[in-house]
Amino acid sequence: MVPHPYRVRRRRRETHDTFTLELQPASREGMDDERLPLGQEDAERDIPIASPQPPSTVPAFLPGQFNMLYLFGVGEVPISISGDPADSTTLAHTIRAVGTVTAALRALRPGDMVGVRGPFGSHWPLSDAEGNDVVLIAGGIGLAPLRPAVYRILAERAKYGRVVLLYGTRTPADILYRRELARWRSHFDFDVLITVDHALGNWRGNVGVVTTLIARAPFDPLNTVAMMCGPEVMMRFAARELVRRGVPVDRIFISMERNMKCAIGFCGHCQFGPTFVCKDGPVLPYRGVKDLLTIREL
Amino acid sequence: MMGASGIQVGDVVVIERAHLERLFDALRQRGYQIVGPTVRDEAIIYDLLRSAEDLPIGWTDEQEGGYYRLKRRNDAAVFGYAVGPHSWKRFVHPPALRLWRAERTDGRFRIIEETETLPPFAFIGVRSCELHALAIQDRVFLEGAYVDPVYKARRSGAFIVAVNCGQAGGTCFCASMNTGPRVTFGFDLALTELLDAERHDFVVDVGTERGAELLGDVPYRAASDAERAAVDDLVAHTAAHMGRTMETAEIKELLYRHYEHPRWDDVARRCLTCGNCTMVCPTCFCTTVEDVTDLRGQRAERWRRWDSCFTLDFTYLAGGRVRASAKARYRQWMTHKLATWIDQFGTSGCVGCGRCITWCPVAIDITEEVRAIRESESTGSAPSPGKEQ
Amino acid sequence: METLRPLLAEHPFFEGLEPRHLDLIVGCAINVRFDAGTFIFREGEEANAFYIIRHGQVALEIFVPQRGPLTIQTIGQGEVLGWSWLFPPYHWHFDARAVTLTRAIALDGQCLRAKCEEDHDLGYQLVKRFAHIIMQRLQATRLQLLDVYGVRS
Repeated sequence: MVPHPYRVRRRRRETHDTFTLELQPASREGMDDERLPLGQEDAERDIPIASPQPPSTVPAFLPGQFNMLYLFGVGEVPISISGDPADSTTLAHTIRAVGTVTAALRALRPGDMVGVRGPFGSHWPLSDAEGNDVVLIAGGIGLAPLRPAVYRILAERAKYGRVVLLYGTRTPADILYRRELARWRSHFDFDVLITVDHALGNWRGNVGVVTTLIARAPFDPLNTVAMMCGPEVMMRFAARELVRRGVPVDRIFISMERNMKCAIGFCGHCQFGPTFVCKDGPVLPYRGVKDLLTIREL
Repeated sequence: MMGASGIQVGDVVVIERAHLERLFDALRQRGYQIVGPTVRDEAIIYDLLRSAEDLPIGWTDEQEGGYYRLKRRNDAAVFGYAVGPHSWKRFVHPPALRLWRAERTDGRFRIIEETETLPPFAFIGVRSCELHALAIQDRVFLEGAYVDPVYKARRSGAFIVAVNCGQAGGTCFCASMNTGPRVTFGFDLALTELLDAERHDFVVDVGTERGAELLGDVPYRAASDAERAAVDDLVAHTAAHMGRTMETAEIKELLYRHYEHPRWDDVARRCLTCGNCTMVCPTCFCTTVEDVTDLRGQRAERWRRWDSCFTLDFTYLAGGRVRASAKARYRQWMTHKLATWIDQFGTSGCVGCGRCITWCPVAIDITEEVRAIRESESTGSAPSPGKEQ
Repeated sequence: METLRPLLAEHPFFEGLEPRHLDLIVGCAINVRFDAGTFIFREGEEANAFYIIRHGQVALEIFVPQRGPLTIQTIGQGEVLGWSWLFPPYHWHFDARAVTLTRAIALDGQCLRAKCEEDHDLGYQLVKRFAHIIMQRLQATRLQLLDVYGVRS
């Protein structure tokens, strides 16, 4: 399982510590054939570069899956795919710069190369959710792996009942995808509720943890599938709140994060009880992990 | 009776000690690189062997919790010892392996895949517990959604000369784990060493066509009923003299009930989190990767190395480690080995070889830890297994 | 204000309340409205009411010198604002400001306290409901304190 070569098409700053990389496959016949456009070195961020040739397609992925991103000589990290599953030309990854590799990824510029292995892991149960209301609950960077699900739902909107996105962040400045959130919100059939933990007086939105939105959100608990991604503590509280509101335990799905080296179940690092988060997850039925989530240091 | 014709899988023959070298010759002629036990650094380890004379002839070992000593035997037994610190995983799942290289020129890089062409291995002296360990690693690396090509190449071509254990080690408990001492599968040839004042022979079970074919180059004769009975007696004697035992009934459920148990605190006070148990364990398979570059930053390599769930960084995530305490790390190792492994791979991860007991510097004994948790249920000293609210 | 009775009766806060108790409460209720930006109450003022928010959004704020107003929590449609009216010395601990145009039903605290003293069954019903809200707010606040989205360095 070696990484495939990709080029950074665009890097977009999302918040002070997060950014989105849009990647396109580099030529398969070997890098030597490829010429970068002149002036590439001076390319500004957020400015797309012309591809030297029609881009080849990226591997199909399902919302919720992840890739391993490799930076030459620095290392490899698991990053959820946050782009549109219908876009076969570009892979999008929203990344939080918190470690050596992610900080180095932030320094990439258009035209730079990264290695990509994937896609790996399980996906959100979007097909199973058809005919139901869908509640998406995201905390912080947890919105990134849910964004492909939003794209898919909006593309096939008629297949679902009411759809609600509940999104919590630390402060208003930490909100990802602002423009898109506003766009989604403008859909009459897509509710977006946002809350922040801490805000100064000029914030006109909700303040309070994301779990407080569950009671206010419009959905029919008995006919709802809930999918959530965020810090584990947040997901524990949110799941309990969903259950309290009447959502059946087996209709709740969470996306988990663990240290991963191989992404294919060999390295052992991502074990969570009997679960290999890389291959059994990252999307897991809450029922299966509910009791494990409260065991300390599992 | 000599020669290849007529010998079949399932046949039992006898090779004299004097002809053991012929077996080595036959393997070498067929292109195998022969790996087996030999004495080095005051232990019996596994390495490349030039001849049968490299085997630990006349040596045995004494093993206890945190204790291993080589001892001279008063005979010239070839396989008269239990297992040492090595296991066959170091050949099929190497401790350090370069996965690929990358070269960078003008801001581009190219990945160069490793292609390994090794002569096939012939493993000499593989014990029953070790065959079970190989079968367990097969499930991990060959029988899931992904296949490890390195493991597959090294494992699938290997010729296995197994050995029935003539004596149990001080920390052995394969009889408890149903993994020995009798070799029952997964071998080309299985030897049982019969040694007394009058004789020194190997009774050989033929496990494969390949094994039968090999015997065409080795002098042998058919085994008598008495010799077959002698094998049975020897193995039964070994089974009856295990240094350790472990009750495995519903062990998965037992450990799942006790993720929170004071015994984990107790063992954490003793455990040094050195990871020895994971290194010597024949089934532990965890690895990490290292990305290295040359000084100019033009060449990079990715190496895979054995890792241990006892290291602090094993569970590192942005901002912290999932299993920071020694208690959590020991619990992970033992619960994985004996419980979650069953859910993951349909088999226990423990084969009862006893290495983790022998090589633990503070003599932590997995059989003792299981016993303590199990007995706490009957004595009422265990916390209530009910879920907290 | 008999017209408020159906509004109160269908509100989840009063769900399951006996009709005679609802009658007592309706007697203490009035409709109120706050323009965006106006204060519903301020820290230190006497706490003489609680509010059932029918429409709009209210921010519970505290003014921190040198930092400005910090929002502790927002309370929206269908939720209940204010419990200081229930406990001596009946003073507000935070500022409540209407973030958007807010319509609510105000329930007179002095009126309700008097009725609760006369009818302990009513008092129990109200205290039980407020205890539930206080418990939920406390849990949310605890979670908020964890700062779960922060990265430890």
